[in-house]
Amino acid sequence: MEKFGFSLIKDRKIDYDVNDRSIAEYVAAREPSFRICIECGCCSAACTTGNLTKFSLREIQILIKRGENDEVRDMIRKCMLCGKCILVCPRGVNTRNVILLIQEAFRKKTENAV
Amino acid sequence: MYDMSYRVVVIGGGVAGMEAAAQLAGRGCKVTVFEKEAETGGHVKNWFHLFPDRKDSREVLKYLDNKINHSNITLLTGVPVERINTSNGLLSLFAGDGKEITADAVVIATGFDLFRSEKKEEYGYGIYENVISSADLEKMFRKGEIRKHDGSKPEKIGLVHCVGSRDEKVDNLYCSKLCCVTAVKQAMEIAEYIENAKVFCFYMDMRMGGAMYEELYREAQEEYGISFIRGKVSEVAPDINNKLIVKVEDTLTGRPLKMGIDLLVLMAGMEMSEGGKKIALSAGLDTGENRFFKPMDLHYASNKSNVDGVFYAGTCTMPMNITEAISHARAAAADVMDYLDSRTN
Repeated sequence: MEKFGFSLIKDRKIDYDVNDRSIAEYVAAREPSFRICIECGCCSAACTTGNLTKFSLREIQILIKRGENDEVRDMIRKCMLCGKCILVCPRGVNTRNVILLIQEAFRKKTENAV
Repeated sequence: MYDMSYRVVVIGGGVAGMEAAAQLAGRGCKVTVFEKEAETGGHVKNWFHLFPDRKDSREVLKYLDNKINHSNITLLTGVPVERINTSNGLLSLFAGDGKEITADAVVIATGFDLFRSEKKEEYGYGIYENVISSADLEKMFRKGEIRKHDGSKPEKIGLVHCVGSRDEKVDNLYCSKLCCVTAVKQAMEIAEYIENAKVFCFYMDMRMGGAMYEELYREAQEEYGISFIRGKVSEVAPDINNKLIVKVEDTLTGRPLKMGIDLLVLMAGMEMSEGGKKIALSAGLDTGENRFFKPMDLHYASNKSNVDGVFYAGTCTMPMNITEAISHARAAAADVMDYLDSRTN
């Protein structure tokens, strides 16, 4: 059969009202400093993992705040928990705990789904 | 006995005008204040609480009212000044009521006008009933309730920064400077009025360069759970349920974002006042690229105009907060006194 090369392109739009923001809510409830991030990116600049692979805590935190969780699920496991991000954060976000809580929230979500 | 006091006219009875008048009266000048509105107080009387300490605006007005209640001050309300004539080395002012008055010095304190939000048609002010301005919201605060047009309580509220500021499309290249902190203050107040409200600020940059502004921003995030989305709203349109659909590029994820909002507040910027423009034209006073009055020097002569005997106080020269307007007015009074004394000695 002739192939015409048509395909469906996924909408890039973030549909805020439809998205699932429960991971972000889970983290914010347990680590309030998660709320005060101003997206300066210092954590990502200091990050060893981020310098070698596609891993950015700045990006991770904004994505889960928007409920774009799929991209984060695998990325978050790359963190080596060295804690350099905590040392550089100008707002005093407890970044290591944020990462642990995101991982925990995903784990609980998977367990509940089973 | 002939009265040897200096006669100074202050144009505008807002914060800067009142403060300048009080300072000059205290130094022995006979001061006439022209205020175009029926009452003094300028824009402050339309505001509820002030940033960053959430002080009731009426406290500031009380302070100023007390100060201008002075035997050397003649207050003329409901009288706009139409033009200034500077020929023959005399300063003659022509008021709206047809009166002419001469003065030894003039302090222009004509203030600002709020940007008319309907000019940003894509945000739907004056078209969609649940799109309001920051000034409209202050009226709701004063009334004690925040409601949508149909009387119901909004749950999701958006605040759009930079409406009429930093925007070449409305010929305002400058930053109005106060809208960011006003948005933060208003977002917190909304969160206090409406339990479990979801409040979003759509901003281009957070410009929190005043005393205690950054702290307020942090408090809004930490204690009030206000969400900040970086991106300028491109357009607003209602959906079938009359929810306002806001379209914005979420520049921190690098993706377009859409969101339904119940009540949208536009943070209107500050512009040179229409009254000020008329006076500038009549007296040959220089205005800048941003249309505000242009002081002789931005560093050390921010109260001086290009016309002898004419001085500036407050937001007629640039956007300022109340603290800055009061300081600027005091500096204007000092410049006026220097000028008057140097002329006679």
